[in-house]
Amino acid sequence: MYHQFKELAAVDITKEAMEVGPTAHYVMGGVKVNFDTQETCIEGLFAAGEAATGLHGANRLGGNSLSDLIVFGKIAGEHAASSAKEIEQFKEIPESEIKEIIKDTLAPLSRDEGENPAAVVSDLRKMMQDKVGIIRTKSLLEEALTDLDNLEDRSRVVFGGSGKTYNPGWHQSLEIGAMIDVSRMCTLAALRREESRGGHTREDFPVPDHSHWGKVNSVISMNDVGEMEIGFVTYPPIPSDLKELLDSEDLQEEE
Amino acid sequence: MILGAVTFSVFRGVPDQDGDPFGKMVDYTIELDEGMVVLDAIHSIQAEFAPDLACRWNCKAGKCGSCSAEVNGKSRLMCMTRMDEILEETPEGGAVVIKPMQTFPLVRDLVTDTSWAYKTDRRISPLSGPEDTDWVFSQQEADRVQEFRSCIECMLCVNTCHVMREHQKFDEFAGPRFFVRLASLEMHPLDEKSRIPEIKDDFGIGYCNITKCCTEVCPAGINITDNAIIPLKERVVTEFYDPIAMIGKKLGLRS
Ligand SMILES: Cc1cc2nc3c(=O)[nH]c(=O)nc-3n(C[C@H](O)[C@H](O)[C@H](O)COP(=O)(O)OP(=O)(O)OC[C@H]3O[C@@H](n4cnc5c(N)ncnc54)[C@H](O)[C@@H]3O)c2cc1C
Ligand code: SF4
Ligand code: SF4
Ligand code: FES
Repeated sequence: MYHQFKELAAVDITKEAMEVGPTAHYVMGGVKVNFDTQETCIEGLFAAGEAATGLHGANRLGGNSLSDLIVFGKIAGEHAASSAKEIEQFKEIPESEIKEIIKDTLAPLSRDEGENPAAVVSDLRKMMQDKVGIIRTKSLLEEALTDLDNLEDRSRVVFGGSGKTYNPGWHQSLEIGAMIDVSRMCTLAALRREESRGGHTREDFPVPDHSHWGKVNSVISMNDVGEMEIGFVTYPPIPSDLKELLDSEDLQEEE
Repeated sequence: MILGAVTFSVFRGVPDQDGDPFGKMVDYTIELDEGMVVLDAIHSIQAEFAPDLACRWNCKAGKCGSCSAEVNGKSRLMCMTRMDEILEETPEGGAVVIKPMQTFPLVRDLVTDTSWAYKTDRRISPLSGPEDTDWVFSQQEADRVQEFRSCIECMLCVNTCHVMREHQKFDEFAGPRFFVRLASLEMHPLDEKSRIPEIKDDFGIGYCNITKCCTEVCPAGINITDNAIIPLKERVVTEFYDPIAMIGKKLGLRS
């Protein structure tokens, strides 16, 4: 950090003040996995690391991400390998689905004009920072959901330039959809969770609610008509041998 | 503070049928803000004019070694090169010239194929120390190889070295980056293997005539020539050309 400040801003942080600001650092929550195998609810699809969930609660303890991805990456890899070995015949993928995926993937390249994807990504980032940032309120979160609809419309007609070789504009065009999905999940979960906990702070609900929200996790899935749906699940009580290791402050959710 | 409008002359192109770069320099004029680095300027160009301008980058912190390019003819990391410094060296009214590394095969625009580095790395025998991994050595011994561990594998040194750039000795010469790696292994306090014969024959250390151009461009500040290459050259001399050592060897006094 000393080196970077010195090189990039000509600031000696041992002598002068440095500017500090918040930034998105980690996604808490992720794809729900079976804790023994790291398999998701889609058979044969495994997840580990920051993309998966299960280890960190409402906040991640600093420095625990690397150990997370090493430990659970190994478990995921081993189970993925053994489950792959058991497959005798791969399921047939309908030709029409393959064609559809190819068409969608090539769509940003097939247009002659359209908005630069960078503009949509930049507006998405700014909107999420302003409305789903550090201090959240119901009204801003609701506004964010509407803004996401507009950004999604814009994202469907971007033009990422031409060429399939190393074309960052094309890649960005393909990523925006996923960025909007993750943004919408964050917003939806933040709107419904009417308490403050870990990295989630609601100005309109400033304290933790251990008796209700402390006992539930939000699970977002796609419903039959392809829309995002949020549900809530409780989790089993902490086993007594682990309980012994925790301070009373860490056990408020259990009461 | 706004630094004003600045023109960049950027290489745009792809390899031709023989794999040689085929393209042209394209001018883009953008507004610069205070504190921008060259990579920020490239991102502005992508966002405003050319989403398909290919540029490899990852950390924007001088740690991943992805964003190597030639800026105003000098090999540098785009993310660690400040625009205010670049403007000082650019002639008044002239364009800032950005080209891909010239020593490696072109992929597109500013992106080159550096896979040679992976192949060369695999030719080097890895660290081979005691079975029991509870290794103990003094801080002083660690300090000696620590410098070499700060290599970010940006390949700027290889790009600059005339043995590669003018004479394309990719098969016969390991290049400065890999002498840094070889030195870190050879000088490791617990490593039990000697790579000196390979350093002489397979990795062609004799081609290096100590011009120090590699050291000049290393963004990690590694003293490549003085601390890695020269000591390895000395070891080669001692092993193969030192008459006293040769007699000692014959008499079985040295291995
Ligand atoms: C600034 C910063 C500092 C941090 N410091 C620490 C720290 O000190 N200690 C700590 O423990 N944690 C730290 N973290 C968190 C930690 O670094 C990350 O959580 C961790 O690296 C995530 O690793 P991962 O393998 O799960 O995912 P990633 O490292 O994000 O890997 C995902 C990979 O998937 C690839 N990918 C994405 N899309 C596709 C696709 N469509 N097809 C194929 N590949 C794809 C990406 O290119 C990437 O290589 C820090 C994070 C940040 C941002
Ligand atoms: S010192 Fe040796 S390795 Fe470095 S640039 Fe000169 S010839 Fe190449
Ligand atoms: S030695 Fe320096 S210039 Fe060469 S690859 Fe490593 S960091 Fe880059
Ligand atoms: S982007 Fe990582 S070193 Fe420049």
